[in-house]
Amino acid sequence: MKILKPAKAGTLESNDISIMLMPGTNGIELELESIVEKQFGTEIRTLIENSLKELGVENAMIKAIDKGALDYTIKARIETAVTRAGEM
Amino acid sequence: MKNILGREVPDNIKGYGEVKHYGGYLASKGAKTRRSIKMTNVLPGDEKLHDNLDTVLDKLPLKDGMVVSFHHHLRNGDFILNMVMKKIAARGYKDITIAASSIFPCHGELVELIEKKVVTSIYAAYISGPVADAISAGKLENPAIMHTHGGRARIMESGDLSIDIAFIAAPTSDDYGNINGVDGKSACGALGYAYTDAETADITVAITDNLVEYPNTTIDIPQTLIDYVVVVDAIGDPNGIVSGTTQITKNPIGLKIANMTTELIKNSGYFKDGMSFQTGAGGVSLAVAADMKAEMIENNIKGSFASGGITGYIVDMYKEGLFKSLFDVQCFDLAAIKSAKENAGHMTMSASMYANADNKGSVVNKLDIVILGATEIDTDFNVNVTTTSDGTIMGGSGGHADTSAGAKLAIIVTQLANSRISAIKDRVTALTTPGETVDVIVTERGIAINPKRTELIERLKETNLPIMTIEELKDIAEGMTGKPKEVEFTDEIVAVIEYRDGTVLDVVRKAK
Amino acid sequence: MLRRSMLFMPGNNPGMLQTAEVFGSDSVILDLEDAVSLGEKDAARILIKGALKTFNYGTTEVVIRINPFSTPYALEDIDVMARLKPNAILLPKATPEDMKQLDEMLTKIEKEEGFEEGVIRIHALVETTYGVETVYETIQMSNRVDSVCLGGEDLSVDLGVARTKDSEELFYARTKIVNACKALKIDAIDTPFTDTNDEAGLLADTIHAKKLGFTGKLSINPRQINTIHKVYSPTAAEISWANRVMYAKDEAEKEGLGVFSLDGKMIDAPVISRAMNTLNAARVIGLIK
Repeated sequence: MKILKPAKAGTLESNDISIMLMPGTNGIELELESIVEKQFGTEIRTLIENSLKELGVENAMIKAIDKGALDYTIKARIETAVTRAGEM
Repeated sequence: MKNILGREVPDNIKGYGEVKHYGGYLASKGAKTRRSIKMTNVLPGDEKLHDNLDTVLDKLPLKDGMVVSFHHHLRNGDFILNMVMKKIAARGYKDITIAASSIFPCHGELVELIEKKVVTSIYAAYISGPVADAISAGKLENPAIMHTHGGRARIMESGDLSIDIAFIAAPTSDDYGNINGVDGKSACGALGYAYTDAETADITVAITDNLVEYPNTTIDIPQTLIDYVVVVDAIGDPNGIVSGTTQITKNPIGLKIANMTTELIKNSGYFKDGMSFQTGAGGVSLAVAADMKAEMIENNIKGSFASGGITGYIVDMYKEGLFKSLFDVQCFDLAAIKSAKENAGHMTMSASMYANADNKGSVVNKLDIVILGATEIDTDFNVNVTTTSDGTIMGGSGGHADTSAGAKLAIIVTQLANSRISAIKDRVTALTTPGETVDVIVTERGIAINPKRTELIERLKETNLPIMTIEELKDIAEGMTGKPKEVEFTDEIVAVIEYRDGTVLDVVRKAK
Repeated sequence: MLRRSMLFMPGNNPGMLQTAEVFGSDSVILDLEDAVSLGEKDAARILIKGALKTFNYGTTEVVIRINPFSTPYALEDIDVMARLKPNAILLPKATPEDMKQLDEMLTKIEKEEGFEEGVIRIHALVETTYGVETVYETIQMSNRVDSVCLGGEDLSVDLGVARTKDSEELFYARTKIVNACKALKIDAIDTPFTDTNDEAGLLADTIHAKKLGFTGKLSINPRQINTIHKVYSPTAAEISWANRVMYAKDEAEKEGLGVFSLDGKMIDAPVISRAMNTLNAARVIGLIK
């Protein structure tokens, strides 16, 4: 899946994660701001990177603002953003 | 060394001194002494009244290293702490210890004084806002000492901390220092913490913005305890003193927790005539109060007293005849202030009467049920209300540890997991209230009862409540959030958490 | 199963999806329709998909409200959601034609996924005048239909009248739906009470609907669940009566009598059946052991 245009998914509400996805050329470039950085920062970063890879995205710039989203929400918002940003 | 709660606490702490380790919540029974207070008498012809703070400060024996105290009844609308400290700093004094019963965001000006080492020690039962952040970051020279509401009275009455000068914000005063908290534009209601300051400090300065003709006809603090009276334009901002009305939570999860808590209380064996009751002012606690009101009316239960920080909801229960009396240590809203002024059964009490473990019996000893909050609870039922999960100070015991120790049924209400933070951990980040005094945890997904309370467990078996072990609750939470990484700390101790009896429960270290 | 309350949950709200079953309603309706804005239909679908794969909702019935067939979203909603095997689909603006189409799509998907045929149930949300007139046929269009729910807000718009608290405007729709449901032996679920601050009004509305024969109520706020359950739970008096009926029945059987009387009233099979239902409901709710 190639990221062709910027796309957003998710909100800044509690328990959600706001994803801004943009085309990139340098692999997965992730900028994460999370209210649970100390406790789950590494896990969230890994999950975002793996979710993108699973969707076939190899190059993208992602800006994520996390308000304590659980794994299923992070995966869902990534999938939504990718679907909105790409084209088959 | 590891104390009996499993917390790593040194035997001696730089900037604090020798540590008395926690030995159990009733370990402090025994002989106590009260400090003798050095004071100057006031004879016929002596004047107390001043029209500005500077002339009083000129008369006071200010010195480096002195201990000054303030009360927090004006809450986030307080002007006095900043006003006084600004002037003391301007006079070039340093190394000062502040004993403030609580510190709020409005006290942000203190951060500069901390950085400049004008203020090097702080005693408080609750710290929030920029000062809390500064202390967490290690900016305060000596570790902050975080005690309970009752602990403050103990420290001051025993002389473990001798107060040189108490600056007492007085909503109404006459020229001789008869003070009340219910009249005037900056009315705050009960003056429970201020009373203790007035009783135990060597020198007391009343600061008022409402001078009345002598004698003040309502007296909460008598003239015999006051050295000086100063009149200023405003002692506080009424909007910050009371945040309008404290509100019941609208969050459906909070309401569910409140429902479950009420159901638990009804079946606990403590729901009967003559019961006594206290809740915090949090949204869920107030929802419990509202539910309890309906249940008490429906079941024709008449309680003896409700206590604590008083809100309009508790006043309503009193007006309905559900409680014979109220014991008020501080007012949280305008309805409570009005009631304190008007209702005979609405009695104010000092911090010492409320919760001091070293006097001849405080009100918490007579309490049946208390509803409290928590940031974290661990599998030993220890509670943290001092720091966030990140290790930043954002509160403190207040009356938490006091009421838990005294109440026959201490109930903690909290959401199980919100925004990926589980309320239940293997170990709390900081220990405010020891688990042996905590009886029940109520969350929206389940209720855990302290295994020591076997009779309570038996009684509640017959209900439909989702009772489970605290480990099971933790597993449910971690099943949702995942297992969090441990937050890392340095060795630098930024605060000492003292129990009601002056022993040390835990320390707060600076986070990495 | 017990279906006293069916609670709507906004489908694009993670905080609500992960706490849905906490509120104790008998069913939760994860909503892809009115609670989700047009720009977020895709996001909600993907989020609910994730929630269904992650959470075990226990004994709570999980229902998905799809978008109506008149929208571009319905086909994708059904394709994605049905494959996750929810307990049921709530079909909005239900008509016989739409019901037929939904039933056929579900049968096809069940076959493709290897699910047991008919395992995905349907609740018909009747909210148009045409839907009310044709409710009996709508139910008959599929073996999957477990209830008809009334959508009073949309219906009053279609009727061209104001929606009121005493709901007089819904009287025909309510009684027609109840009658059709009882004739075909399925549940009848009443429209939600929309003033979430009016507890007395909610109680009155729920009691009124129960009197008309509704077996449960839609809910739009978790605060309403307790009140709805109070109305639809057997009272202590009803349980006591049911126990006495069963006792009297046992006694009568011992003496070889088929029909007997209690308190001067004849107790025959339908009455015994009602007593047993009362005791079963009480047992499920936990009022008795």
